[in-house]
Amino acid sequence: MSADLAGGAAGAPGAGADPARAAGYLEHPPRMGFFTDTSVCIGCKACEVACKEWNAVPEDGLLLTGMSYDNTQGLGASTWRHVAFIEKPADEAGDLRWLMSSDVCKHCTEAACLDVCPTGALMRTEFGTVVVQEDVCNGCGYCIPACPFGVIDQRRDDGRAWKCTLCYDRIGDGLEPACAKACPTDSIQFGPVDELRERAQLRVAELHDAGTEGARLYGADPADGVGGTGAFFLLLDEPEVYGLPPDPVVTTRDLPRIWRHVGVAAAGLAAAGLAACLGRRA
Amino acid sequence: MKKRGEQAMVPDAEFTSYYGRPVLKEPVWHVPEIPGYLFLGGLAGASSVLAAGAQLRGCPDLARGAKVGAAGAIGLAAAALIHDLGRPARFVNMLRVFKPSSPMSVGSWLLAGYAPAAGAAAVCAVTGILPRAGAAATAAAAALGPGVCTYTAALICDTAVPAWHDGYREMPYLFAGSAASAAGGLGLLAAPSAQAGPARRLAVLGAAAEITSAQLLTRRIGATAEPYRSGRAGLALRASEIASACALGVAFIGRRHRAATALAGLTLLAASATTRFAIFDAGRASARDPKYTIVPQRERLTERSRT
Amino acid sequence: MAECHPVGFQWVMEAKARGAKLIHVDPRFTRTSAVADVYVPLRAGSDITFVGALINYVLEQEKYFRDYVVNYTNAPVILTEDFADTEDLDGVFSGFDREHRTYDFRAWRYQGEEVAPASGARGRIAGTGGGQLGQVRRAARGEAHGSGGAAAHPEPDTDETLQHPRCVFQVLKRHFARYTPEMVEQVCGVPPDLFAKVCELVTANSGRERTTSFVYSLGWTQHTVGVQYIRTAAILQALLGNMGRPGGGILALRGHASIQGSTDIPTLFDLLPGYLPMPHAHGNEDLETYAHEESTDKGFWANTKTYMVSLLKAWWGDNATAERDFCYDYLPRLTGSHSTYETVVAQMDGICKGYFLFGQNPAVGSANARMQRLGLANLDWLVVRDMVLIESATWWKRGPEIETGEMRTEDIGTEVFFLPAAAHTEKAGSFTNTQRMLQWHHQAVPPAGDARSDLWFTYHLGRRIRARLAGPAGEMDRPVLDLTWDYPTVGPLAEPDADAVLAEVNGWDADGRPLSAFTQLKDDGSTACGCWIYCGVRAGGVNQAARRKPGREQSWVAPEWGWAWPANRRVLYNRASADTDGKPWSKRKELVWWDEEQGKWAGHDVPDFVADRPPSYRPPAGARGVAALSGIDPFIMQADGKAWLFAPAGLVDGPLPAHYEPQESPVPNLLYGQQHNPVREIIRHQEDRFQPSGDEPGAGVFPYVTTTYRLTEHHTAGGMSRFLPYLAELQPEFFCEVSPELAAERALEHLGWATIITARSAIEARVLITERMRPLTVQGRVLHQVGLPWHWGPEGYTTGDAANELSHLALDPNVHIQEVKAMACDVRAGRRPRGRALRDLVREYQQRAGITDATGTEV
Repeated sequence: MSADLAGGAAGAPGAGADPARAAGYLEHPPRMGFFTDTSVCIGCKACEVACKEWNAVPEDGLLLTGMSYDNTQGLGASTWRHVAFIEKPADEAGDLRWLMSSDVCKHCTEAACLDVCPTGALMRTEFGTVVVQEDVCNGCGYCIPACPFGVIDQRRDDGRAWKCTLCYDRIGDGLEPACAKACPTDSIQFGPVDELRERAQLRVAELHDAGTEGARLYGADPADGVGGTGAFFLLLDEPEVYGLPPDPVVTTRDLPRIWRHVGVAAAGLAAAGLAACLGRRA
Repeated sequence: MKKRGEQAMVPDAEFTSYYGRPVLKEPVWHVPEIPGYLFLGGLAGASSVLAAGAQLRGCPDLARGAKVGAAGAIGLAAAALIHDLGRPARFVNMLRVFKPSSPMSVGSWLLAGYAPAAGAAAVCAVTGILPRAGAAATAAAAALGPGVCTYTAALICDTAVPAWHDGYREMPYLFAGSAASAAGGLGLLAAPSAQAGPARRLAVLGAAAEITSAQLLTRRIGATAEPYRSGRAGLALRASEIASACALGVAFIGRRHRAATALAGLTLLAASATTRFAIFDAGRASARDPKYTIVPQRERLTERSRT
Repeated sequence: MAECHPVGFQWVMEAKARGAKLIHVDPRFTRTSAVADVYVPLRAGSDITFVGALINYVLEQEKYFRDYVVNYTNAPVILTEDFADTEDLDGVFSGFDREHRTYDFRAWRYQGEEVAPASGARGRIAGTGGGQLGQVRRAARGEAHGSGGAAAHPEPDTDETLQHPRCVFQVLKRHFARYTPEMVEQVCGVPPDLFAKVCELVTANSGRERTTSFVYSLGWTQHTVGVQYIRTAAILQALLGNMGRPGGGILALRGHASIQGSTDIPTLFDLLPGYLPMPHAHGNEDLETYAHEESTDKGFWANTKTYMVSLLKAWWGDNATAERDFCYDYLPRLTGSHSTYETVVAQMDGICKGYFLFGQNPAVGSANARMQRLGLANLDWLVVRDMVLIESATWWKRGPEIETGEMRTEDIGTEVFFLPAAAHTEKAGSFTNTQRMLQWHHQAVPPAGDARSDLWFTYHLGRRIRARLAGPAGEMDRPVLDLTWDYPTVGPLAEPDADAVLAEVNGWDADGRPLSAFTQLKDDGSTACGCWIYCGVRAGGVNQAARRKPGREQSWVAPEWGWAWPANRRVLYNRASADTDGKPWSKRKELVWWDEEQGKWAGHDVPDFVADRPPSYRPPAGARGVAALSGIDPFIMQADGKAWLFAPAGLVDGPLPAHYEPQESPVPNLLYGQQHNPVREIIRHQEDRFQPSGDEPGAGVFPYVTTTYRLTEHHTAGGMSRFLPYLAELQPEFFCEVSPELAAERALEHLGWATIITARSAIEARVLITERMRPLTVQGRVLHQVGLPWHWGPEGYTTGDAANELSHLALDPNVHIQEVKAMACDVRAGRRPRGRALRDLVREYQQRAGITDATGTEV
């Protein structure tokens, strides 16, 4: 589906934080993101391949993992869409469940990677997405342990950090990201985030009505620990089943307190230095 | 050999994960570069403080030794940092912006001011030229030094790494203490007995802070403290604490003996370094095992849903 | 379908979103099963029992759509007294010639049908066995005409009350009477409650207001009874009234992007474009004889001569004059079956000396891969056109026989040419998908380097050959020199204009104007048409296949996207969506209807009927051809205009489907004494040894069922996926899928190695233990199945053994398709032996099982 990028509305009211505005864009298009509805994912991995083809991401490992049909293993510097496969053993009804889900960078409202980046390589785009400027990144690696979802990583032979760009070079031209375009069942939906959130709520209700009690949204709540995510999901089980943290919190929330302690400790060190120099010289 | 994708045949009663895989990404920072930097940076910053105090107190040899030590340490440290970068040639990009939300940015600017000051102070102390400039440099280095020692605690705590982030309340004090202890140890090595007093006292204060902080940290953060208590990191931390205590004992008891003092100094340096390496190791282990991410978060969710 | 047709599967997901229920029946739990409402695991090779039991349920519980069945099928037709069912003859039908392993169709005919040359000499040729005519039969006449073109009496005796003991309806009931839920449990391993659920869902969703669709792929066709599998579904769907109706029908998902196109404009030995039969050396001596023998009295196949003449005009242009029989004599003739597997034997026997492989990788992708390579090694020359160096091009230096030492590169005499081929993005042309829809693709970039399209190659090769043959021509050269071979070329590479070829396929009249419908074709040589069913694809001189009107700008039928044959009809036989008065069976399921005012058929789709023939029309006595179709004969390509519950001709292995065990099966046939398909085709060869089955001694040496299949990440024989890093990394190694129970039984470890052995060869695979493979209880014992994706070979980014090393050459006798969906094997933990030891292992197994050259070859 194509997204409507016309107009300069600075985010719909009541949609939660407006990260683009917060980043300094006075006028910007609506915040764009993904709604990944895993209930219709058929595990075809077209998203993985389309992403790699568009972004010239290198092949990153031929290894049979034995993790069901997941040989990609996880998101990383050279995997920006990762389809997870979970075979849940048959319950009493004898029904085997095979969960499939295409994971991606969450493009958090409060993005730890962006916060900790010392060079400013990681930036917020006018679409509210988070993108690494590869001509700036010097491979310091700080973003990597900062991400609460374990998304961004360093490309070993290259040295820089890489992750999903939400196809910045496509959406800027009115196209949808490569993965969304390739997904045959529309499991990956691209569009304005507030529209997607509405659609997602309806879908969850629909699934609950149909008896799929486990259906829930992940990342759609602006009140969560990262301020809600631009790329959010409909899951059919607990997040950790899919390898996602159950209650991620952006590290930056504690930073003011951290700096305070740093300040006190630094002062204490100075004081200790002074105190040590009082008293006998020998 | 690492076995990836091993599927547990019996589900863990405590928590679920995706084939036991990590949720987070481990830091890609290299060993020894980054834990080495933590140690060297701390050593340098605290040495600059000691140098200034020693200079004021009239311990010129101690002051000179501390200044040279600081400059040498920070030189090595900077080299290690630049070497660790994925694109070392772009190290200048660290000064492209100033971002208080990034401890690494803050630290880069700190270092940008501190390193030249420490270097100038050492040069002046050794060559004897430009004594007033040298004094200014010494003062500047001493002013920035504590920041250099403690911002690294912010750096590692301001991540998702459970063992680091959860310990943010204690880590700055731990780092400050470890830095002080190391600087004291260096002072014991560098200074003659007649001027070793400040170094010895600083070492005591530092070690005490370090050990106390470490104890408080590991007690407070619950199950996430496990990597600090077990395995290689646990062993190393324990050893470091014991070594520090012993070294202090030797430093005081044997303060008239040059050899004993020097040994104590070396041991304190080694212990401080060991502590940094152990903390680094424990952090990585806590990122690697999904249980440290999933269990506390799941518990938090359960708590929240109860209230 | 989600595995192999993920893009097409989006429509299934859309249907689900609108409330459709998805039932998935498959030996393994795939990505389709993951989103299905009901998953039914069953034993590979037992589907006729399963669907047959559904038929039995429908008949017993009277869930059939009676009005539809009585009026639109041959249910009321009374059969000859000579007919005897498998119930009477313990698993064979009347007319069985045990010695020659053929059936005489006359034993299945409608009552009152005269078999005389004047009215359906096809029956004579097709029916008798032995000698030359047996060869004709083996040339698979069944494939010609698509279906039902074979002779059947256009006005048979009927009983509309469906009570007559010899009417098709009653014969059907009796035939399937023992296909019970209990039988399904025993034969298929499907528990009765699960089977009952399927019965209820399917029947509740069929009738006036609702329709059910069946979708199948190679899991149904790749059996020695593959065609009969489809027949079983066709019977069921006809009984339920689901044929020719929206949301109904049977959709065949073919195994390749344009394999439908490759039977329409055939690359098959026994067909000419538009399913005209390839003439046989014995029997179709001249055009008139051919036309007479291959036509039917009723329906559109009565115009066989018209289609043939137009084809000949397209190919030989002005040289094809009436005096010269339109150059009919230039056509090559069949002398038997020249299918790919017979060809391999001919290669091994030194008869076939040269081979062209266009985008085909038999060294990995064809059954009994070993035999394929042994055949290649005996050629004088081999031309391989592909995009990468596939195994069929490199077997002579890097194949399994080099590894075992059986062949040495320096001893192989075959001269191998490898010519790089252009990808589909580098050339223009069409794909025809399983909905009979042609979609044009344009050239996006020119091919790199020396790569060229197949069209370029064929055209320029032909041009050069003609140049060499030029000069005073002998008789032998005339067929090549008289061809129309003057397509315009474009660009620096002199690429033939594919649109010009399409124009020839579409055809034109005597004035060179493009035709728009096959009804415009004439048999007097005034029209030319390269494929009569494609006539209209370039109507008005416009490439209809290139139309791309988005779905949201059209009706739900979306007729302006691409072009479907024939005549852009999207649902075949859609007359059946209306009742005998021409009114839709229900508003909800309306598709076409009779417009009394306008005096013609109208609707959402192009009506698949004579446009102005009212439902009330009844043909006068003696009417022939299209005029003989009544207003209630929706199945216009059938000789009697009805859907055939009972097929009196056209299939060589029976008028009704019967459950036979696969060629190699660990269990005996519970339904009949006849274990196998009695007329299955068997390639007997030293390299194609068969295993004992059922209760035979030695069958226990191969106690497990193995089935081959595809993964989404790879493509057929791997030429288009194993060589691409992005695909190779998705499934980076050949693996087998086994249940935890089988793994325990054979001490297999997850991610360890397993060796799988049959009488042909042994291969090794990594082990994936998964609950998606389930042990079944079949005939009271636990039966395990081993899953094998067949994409791997020794070349590429990801390499591995080919599953087709294991498979054999027992084929469906109608269409010569290999049975790779149900075989028997043994499994051992660990890697396979290398070198000579590999063949030693296979020999050891053969000996243990007591395998001789006769094993498995009995009727």
